[in-house]
Amino acid sequence: MTATRDKSGRPVVVVTGMGVVTSLGSGKTDNWAKLCAGESGIRTITRFPTDGLKTTMAGAIDFVPVEPFSSTDLSERLADIATEEAIAQAGIGRAGDFPGPLFLAVAPVEVEWPQRQELGRAIGPNTEINYDEMLRVSGGGKFTQYHRRFLFGSVADHLADTFGTKGSPISLSTACASGATAIQLGVEAIRRGEADAALCVATDGSVNPEALIRFSLLSALSTQNDPPQTAVKPFAKNRDGFVMAEGAGALVLESYEAATARGAKILGIVAGCGELADSFHRTRSSPDGKPIIGCVRNALSDAGITAEQIDYINAHGTGTPENDKMEYLGISTVFGERAKQIPVSSNKSMVGHTLSAAGAVEAVFSLLTLEHQRIPPTINYDVPDPAIPFDVVPNQARDARVTAVMSNSFGFGGQNASLILTREPI
Amino acid sequence: MADNPLSSTPIEAWITGIGLATSLGEGPVAHWDALNQRRINVDEKGFAPYIVHPLAPVSFDTQIPKKGDQRQMEAWQRIGTYAAGLALDSAGIKGNADILARMDMIVAAGGGERDLAVDAGILNAEAKGNSAPGFLNERLMNDLRPTLFLAQLSNLLAGNIAIVHGVTGSSRTFMGEEAAGVDAARIALARIAAGQSDIALVGAAHNGERKDLLVLYEFGDFNLKQKFASVWEREKNNGFALGSGGAFLVIESRAHAEARGAKPFARLTNVVADQARRKHPGDITSTLESLWSKLGSRADGTAIITGATGAEPVTSEERAFLRAHSDLPVRATGTMFGHTMETQFPLGLAVAALSLSRGALFPPADSSGQEIEMSKPPTQIVVIGSGHWRGEGMALVEAIR
Repeated sequence: MTATRDKSGRPVVVVTGMGVVTSLGSGKTDNWAKLCAGESGIRTITRFPTDGLKTTMAGAIDFVPVEPFSSTDLSERLADIATEEAIAQAGIGRAGDFPGPLFLAVAPVEVEWPQRQELGRAIGPNTEINYDEMLRVSGGGKFTQYHRRFLFGSVADHLADTFGTKGSPISLSTACASGATAIQLGVEAIRRGEADAALCVATDGSVNPEALIRFSLLSALSTQNDPPQTAVKPFAKNRDGFVMAEGAGALVLESYEAATARGAKILGIVAGCGELADSFHRTRSSPDGKPIIGCVRNALSDAGITAEQIDYINAHGTGTPENDKMEYLGISTVFGERAKQIPVSSNKSMVGHTLSAAGAVEAVFSLLTLEHQRIPPTINYDVPDPAIPFDVVPNQARDARVTAVMSNSFGFGGQNASLILTREPI
Repeated sequence: MADNPLSSTPIEAWITGIGLATSLGEGPVAHWDALNQRRINVDEKGFAPYIVHPLAPVSFDTQIPKKGDQRQMEAWQRIGTYAAGLALDSAGIKGNADILARMDMIVAAGGGERDLAVDAGILNAEAKGNSAPGFLNERLMNDLRPTLFLAQLSNLLAGNIAIVHGVTGSSRTFMGEEAAGVDAARIALARIAAGQSDIALVGAAHNGERKDLLVLYEFGDFNLKQKFASVWEREKNNGFALGSGGAFLVIESRAHAEARGAKPFARLTNVVADQARRKHPGDITSTLESLWSKLGSRADGTAIITGATGAEPVTSEERAFLRAHSDLPVRATGTMFGHTMETQFPLGLAVAALSLSRGALFPPADSSGQEIEMSKPPTQIVVIGSGHWRGEGMALVEAIR
């Protein structure tokens, strides 16, 4: 009999359902097979013209049709797909009646260029276009659907309606840590006893021209366009940036007590969550690594375990020169000499950086790592960086005994979040 | 920070800091005076036919001393970072590195402020036949300021507060219009009540003087046009007038506040929220009634401060709810401050806490009869937030005697 409370006396939080969609494919089975085979989902962009762009590839999801395209519509479809898979696996509630709250990590929503261009056309020829003219044609019911679509809460609104989650759905953004934050909010709600179950979803469908150009102007993206499959090189010396990607991850969280009471299969435990904000710079980590170190330590402390008990790190590992260096500094400070031995791999080498979704997508992959006792590789690792002496599980998946995983997420705006995932309650 | 054995009985939470920068001015004294003088600051010309409540002049330098920081922000972030600084000052923890390093932060944010000239320039060029593949790419690559993205990102208001004021215990940004402001307060309180957090900075900011935002709401015909009236007197001309403003609160456990000798404005007793499906008339009214029953005991001396927008049908549904509680004095922040979207609920909490600490409710700003005088000091104020499209929330704020 396993305890239903953790060392701190809080309800143990378990995962009973998972769903995932990435540029590698839809569903856990397909994704896991391709991850372990070291396949890349990065392709040359065909969704829009790439003329004049420094970066012309992405992990875009073109196998989910969205017409007419908007990043928000695609985000919503991806969230639907991942959530359906997660709820089906959990076998919880009834169709359209999920017995708990929704926490959704989603990219900030905004009116996009196709709609803006539609407004421009509605103004008519021979009139100078400006926002006053755009305002003049916006009302009267012609574009009502765009109000509904481009509210920040619109994707959560749709999910809450479709899956029947309870209460006020929360949409959140902690940049590239959003997916981990969504899980953390679910864990906290269950620990407080507010809910027996929570639906934690993270989605991102941001591959559109302006989003790509924004990251490009910040010099954050890889420009090693050819061949696209080798662009993301986490922890390698020749890494030059991240690659934007799309995807969604969904997790059904429950209290251990509620899950066992209904006879649900337990896929893993969310043993701990840690966070700490960085006040150094809008896009760069504090050079002393203190916020990352503190975040990792907070997660360990929240789980009530020591660094020695972690046997795999699912890295943030974006492949930007700065991130990977800082992640090594943080981990090596906390893990000491073990930092060179413990396997640390980056899913992003294959699926790209799914941005708002990454924390949840990688939590799903971490739980699959625990289930299969197999560590997905870091691909495109041909030129080791002597400054980052991690065992990155280079290029080939590896069987290993894995009992506790740390999954890291760090984002613009000083966002740091880490999760500790285990097979069994600690 | 430490998420230790959870408290079985809710831990009492106090509002110990208020930061307000709005169309009525900045700081508690200016706001209290303005509310008592029934002042309303609307601009009916600058965005005509749309009406907005413009930000009163503030000296950003006093809270954001580095010009470089100010340049990295668009208006909504500057307003919020400024108001957050005022809240920290008000709580007496500005610059207190020990507390700020473990202070939790939940910000309700929109984002996405556009460069209007860039957008218009591209659309005009396209209208003149520049439709070659890659034209949009070329113009965006050349015309977008590299740092504009950071001023657009929703979570970068929290990021800027961390950078400028050093709040780093945690940083979470909620999105989703009015409901985000409700949920920010709800989650911060739940964490404190359960012992998951000792002290939190909670709030939001909104720049209502934005044509790109007016476009979004004009899609749904939500903007108030032509003539200003109180939110209760818009039957024939409904809609909301966007307002600019930032509202932040410092909320902490009573024990934490007492240990550092902090003086409370009020107690934040409960925050509840739901999302009516709004498919049938009466859905919102019954959701508000259900939230009201969940809110907790109410005593003699209760008043209501609502963020009612003036948009329909939600305002009429809320009036139906209020009719069932017609003995209680009501004030609508939407009349005085305009609709500040994510900020409206934190703003309501701030004004409620201010009123309770002053031992008086400010006078009505409406001639429809919806708002009645309150002669005795309020002991409790219920803050209501009903989103213009989705989301309903309620908070119970109580006087500390």
